[in-house]
Amino acid sequence: MAPSDLPDDAWRAGAPARPVLALRGVSKSFGAVRALVGVDLEVHAHEVLAIVGDNGAGKSTLVEILSGAQVPDAGHVEVDGEEVTFTSPGAARAQGIATVFQELALCENLDVVENLFLGNELERGPLLDEVTMERRAWEVLGQLAVRVPSVRVPVGALSGGQRQAVAVARSLLGEPRVVILDEPTAALGVMQTAEVLNLVERLRERGLAVILISQSLADVHAVADRIAVLRLGRTNGLFSASTTTYEDLFAAVTGVRTGHHRPADGDPPTASHDASGGWAR
Amino acid sequence: MSSSTPMVGQSFIHRVRSGELGFLPIVGALLVIWAVFGLLNHTFLSSDNLVNLTLQSAASGIIALGIVLTLMIGQIDLSVGAVSGLGSAVVSVTVMRAGLPLWLAIAAALVVGVMIGAAYGLLFTRLGLPSFVFTLAGLLVVLGIQLRVLGSTGTVNLPYESWLVRFCQQMFLSPWLSYLLVAVVVIGYAASLVVTRERRLRVDLPADRWASIALRVGVLTLVAVVATTYLNTNRGVPYMFALFLALVAGTDVVLRRTRWGRAVRAVGGNLESARRAGLPVRGVVVSVFVACSTFAVIGGVLSAGRLASAYQGTGGTDASLTAIAAAVIGGVSLYGGRGSAWSALLGILVLQSISNGLTLMNMGASATYTVTGIVLAVAVIIDELSRRARGARGASRA
Repeated sequence: MAPSDLPDDAWRAGAPARPVLALRGVSKSFGAVRALVGVDLEVHAHEVLAIVGDNGAGKSTLVEILSGAQVPDAGHVEVDGEEVTFTSPGAARAQGIATVFQELALCENLDVVENLFLGNELERGPLLDEVTMERRAWEVLGQLAVRVPSVRVPVGALSGGQRQAVAVARSLLGEPRVVILDEPTAALGVMQTAEVLNLVERLRERGLAVILISQSLADVHAVADRIAVLRLGRTNGLFSASTTTYEDLFAAVTGVRTGHHRPADGDPPTASHDASGGWAR
Repeated sequence: MSSSTPMVGQSFIHRVRSGELGFLPIVGALLVIWAVFGLLNHTFLSSDNLVNLTLQSAASGIIALGIVLTLMIGQIDLSVGAVSGLGSAVVSVTVMRAGLPLWLAIAAALVVGVMIGAAYGLLFTRLGLPSFVFTLAGLLVVLGIQLRVLGSTGTVNLPYESWLVRFCQQMFLSPWLSYLLVAVVVIGYAASLVVTRERRLRVDLPADRWASIALRVGVLTLVAVVATTYLNTNRGVPYMFALFLALVAGTDVVLRRTRWGRAVRAVGGNLESARRAGLPVRGVVVSVFVACSTFAVIGGVLSAGRLASAYQGTGGTDASLTAIAAAVIGGVSLYGGRGSAWSALLGILVLQSISNGLTLMNMGASATYTVTGIVLAVAVIIDELSRRARGARGASRA
């Protein structure tokens, strides 16, 4: 699947872009717990949509629904404007939606190439085609400007930021259109967080739609085009990163309303307008 | 880049620091053991005794090969000795009491091995039981079946003219055949290195230097030619040992260069990650237990051939412990995901050299058990220290 150029061209022509991936009125409950209530979201190509929220705000459930691990009770998921039902993570991947989970799902004893192609190895006759896999590994890491000492070192010997990069690179081998990053900077130091945020920007440059799930308002503010705030399972505001202050976000996340809070949830035209503002910066 | 041909000294220090020791400790240990026994006893390094050593190593080495596979997925099979004993009993009884042809008897024993391994695999994948518990239970059950199969006399002899007995006792590669095989292996190895080098250069990947290729091919040639020539001054290379080498080399290729092998190492490294990557984890685990039991049966059949009989003591706990110790001494990590098929060869050579050497010096079982235990302890300590070195390195960079 090639990354779709359509939304990009549409944006250049000044027309409102069609979202690559959208949630429409999605609700999900676990027993008596209402994890998500009527959530609307959309993400376009060339855009980083951040989703922030406190613990228990419903971020994990949202990731599971987007990645196909859970099916919503109400509402639906749309890909390119068409309603879809993901019954498994494989189904979501087939639609071009790649998720990099917080637990990176890497094998520390395997080297970078082995991890990148794990489960999707290239073969040459009955044996693995190490040469082609290594070549493609360098290519995909190069596109992300990821620096590793060698693609033949075990992943266990890499830093946290490098591991995150390997996990992201692995998701890119499936040529997705949407990449969902679940708390990619949660366990990282300052330098490595900066590396990962660079990585996110490079994904956007490649024309991908990126959904960044995070608890760090600073990270989100640095890299996102639009920011959706989840609070107690509901969308509690949709902000354009360029025009929103840290205080606004903090208020929306915590529910302590201080500054000029500007709710815009469930308002797609505003959303795409905000998004183009984000690109222009 | 750094992985192909850096300065030898730097690469060595780097590997020691990072806990990637490879075969260095075990090869060093083997050379020290041979030197010590060679000095203490004049017959130890004689070609006659080294031919004996290869004959003693083959059957338990093949059992150890199965243990290498189970350790690679982070599991263990304690019952391999009993399974090998059952394999030898099934072959002997099927041939001698039921009067069926030998090939059919061997096939029957292999089927028994496959069934035992499949049962273990299902217990692990369906119920999630720890493998050391259900293989311990399996050890007792299989031991009971072995005694039942052998019957009241407890011993079944195989005739010396049986081809299994001849294969295991009297058949040696003729000199020209042994050198032909060495030539095939060396040329094949060299060709694979050159082809890989050319393919890598064609796509602008760093490739081995000619000096590095020449060095590796040269070392292999030297070791193979010297060993073959020396064994040929006596009886030669036993067929049974050649079979063992072929199984080790084949398993090595499968582990390193096939999807199944990669899946095995992934499951041993991180089962949950392997599952998330979409690997058929259950199938991999079952197939590993099946392969382990099957190797154990092959080892048992060869033991029956070498002893020309199957009796109640064939296999047993000693065989299990030897096989497990050999795999660990050979450098397979107890923590899963790290190791090589060649560990089975190197580990069993160390163990059998110790046992053989001490026997030559008229030191009995007590010394053998003690020394073997100490060597095993050292191997486990090296494994643990390597793991910590890797962990510390990963953590300090994280």
